[in-house]
Amino acid sequence: MPAMNKAVSLNQPMKPLERGPLREFLRNFRHNLSGMVGVILVGLFVLISVAGILKITPFPILEQHPLDRLKAPGEIPAYILGTDQFGRDVASNLMKGGANSLQVATLSVLMATLAGTFVGAIAGYLGGNPDTILMRLMDILFAFPSLLLALLIVTIRGPGLENTILAIAIVYTPIFARVARGPVLSLKETEFVTAARCIGAPETRILLRHVLPNMLAPLIVQVSLALSWALITEAGLSFLGLGTQPPEPSWGLMLSSNRGLAEIAPWLIMYPGLAIMLGVLGFNLLGDGLRDVLDPRMRGRR
Amino acid sequence: MLSAEQRAALEAYYGLDKPPIQQYFVWLGDALQGNFGFSIRHGSAVLPLIIEHFPITLELAFMAIVIALGIGIPIGILSAIRHNSLIDLFGRMFSMLGLAVPNFLLGTLIIYVLSVYFGILPNSGNYTSFSEDPWLNIQQLIFPAITMGFSFSASVMRMTRSAMLEVMNEDYVRTARSKGLRESVVIRRHALRNALIPVVTLIGVEFGYLLGGAFITEQIFSLPGIGRLAVNAISQREYALVQGVTLFIAINFVIVNLAVDLIYAAIDPRISYASHE
Repeated sequence: MPAMNKAVSLNQPMKPLERGPLREFLRNFRHNLSGMVGVILVGLFVLISVAGILKITPFPILEQHPLDRLKAPGEIPAYILGTDQFGRDVASNLMKGGANSLQVATLSVLMATLAGTFVGAIAGYLGGNPDTILMRLMDILFAFPSLLLALLIVTIRGPGLENTILAIAIVYTPIFARVARGPVLSLKETEFVTAARCIGAPETRILLRHVLPNMLAPLIVQVSLALSWALITEAGLSFLGLGTQPPEPSWGLMLSSNRGLAEIAPWLIMYPGLAIMLGVLGFNLLGDGLRDVLDPRMRGRR
Repeated sequence: MLSAEQRAALEAYYGLDKPPIQQYFVWLGDALQGNFGFSIRHGSAVLPLIIEHFPITLELAFMAIVIALGIGIPIGILSAIRHNSLIDLFGRMFSMLGLAVPNFLLGTLIIYVLSVYFGILPNSGNYTSFSEDPWLNIQQLIFPAITMGFSFSASVMRMTRSAMLEVMNEDYVRTARSKGLRESVVIRRHALRNALIPVVTLIGVEFGYLLGGAFITEQIFSLPGIGRLAVNAISQREYALVQGVTLFIAINFVIVNLAVDLIYAAIDPRISYASHE
């Protein structure tokens, strides 16, 4: 994947940000209520998911206890959040489901960020025909409602974890391309870029060391918001049966497969629902907080 | 199993013996003439199927928009004119919640509450069209429409609120106040009219999404719209139908966005497409 190799090296110029601005950023961010609530929710989500990945769950994932089917939370103390129709522990499944969602969300957003930033930055920096061609291609992807595009990609490539990641990555690439292109257009006209060119710096070096660090702020905000959309999209695809495939646990799948049992076992849809909601809420709040701190001009906008 | 001759005959019948590029142009040529191919399962051409399923999606989208505007705009205005008050706090919490609850979760919860507490089971398959029985039709569509409109009402609320906050600081609002107009007139005639312009864009984009994005809601409530048609086509691997529906939705999306740009120019005299841009 050439786009990824190229973009991994884009991470290097983050250094100049580290000292002064980072401390100032942390100071401002601590006073941002929504940002802090977002950090706590996202932290919880990551904690639970990492425990799920490391298999530190109350019960082995997918282990069935036929005698303890459909136990309500608290009915048997060991099953904190109850059990499902096969006697599987809901808490353990939720943890592994969270791990799957987190994996899909981070990988897909990472791919979208790298590919989108690469396309957007190149388009904005080169201008002219490359700009027109690249951005029109992005516009074509943009002309599809996001879930439809994801569904299409899954149709072509078949359901499953890797294809879900790929689908979400492709859906969100044009957004990152647009986010990256705007700042590059204005940054390439600045005096420090002209100065760098005057001392003979190669174009790639200008782009990586001078332009990219200055557009990190909008990108970081966008990453946080994209993670929340990716969570929703993953859960939505799984809900339709086209994302994570059973028996692998997934929040969307738990919701859809237990819909019929909601009347006798409401906890089976309550907890996955709550988990999705809090995860999405966390990334949304985090994104809003980051935007307030990093980009005061955008405060209060959508 | 098929014999080699039967296989070859079928491949020739469906045009699968030609190279993919040629197949694509055959499809494109047919599509431009309104022939989107044939759905094997439905035993019907694709285009009539889409036309048959589209009205319900359209109606759902309209109802969802009406619900979203009915909830989002008043709360947004209240939040903005009582900036940083308790009302504002509740409004913002509402919008945060609205954006965090995916429609498949809300739909599932609505069905759960309806069936457990009110004993109403969701209609499964017995959909009544508006022309048959308008009242029954609205009863059947109101909950799906709420499901689809809820999260959109949150974005409408956020957009109204931020646009109102921005507009309330403008010079012309201060002028309107200083010439002694009542506050309600200032808000309605001077602030709101300008604040709603970005909301119109939002409606347009969302309408485009709703026309094509009702996959999950239609699936939960078993409504025979194009979203459900598409999802079923995908799971049944009906490629011609998937292609047709996709193209149809994408064209809708583009047309709606174009319409929004034109409406935009109509409601905001400062924007004109006569010159460049």
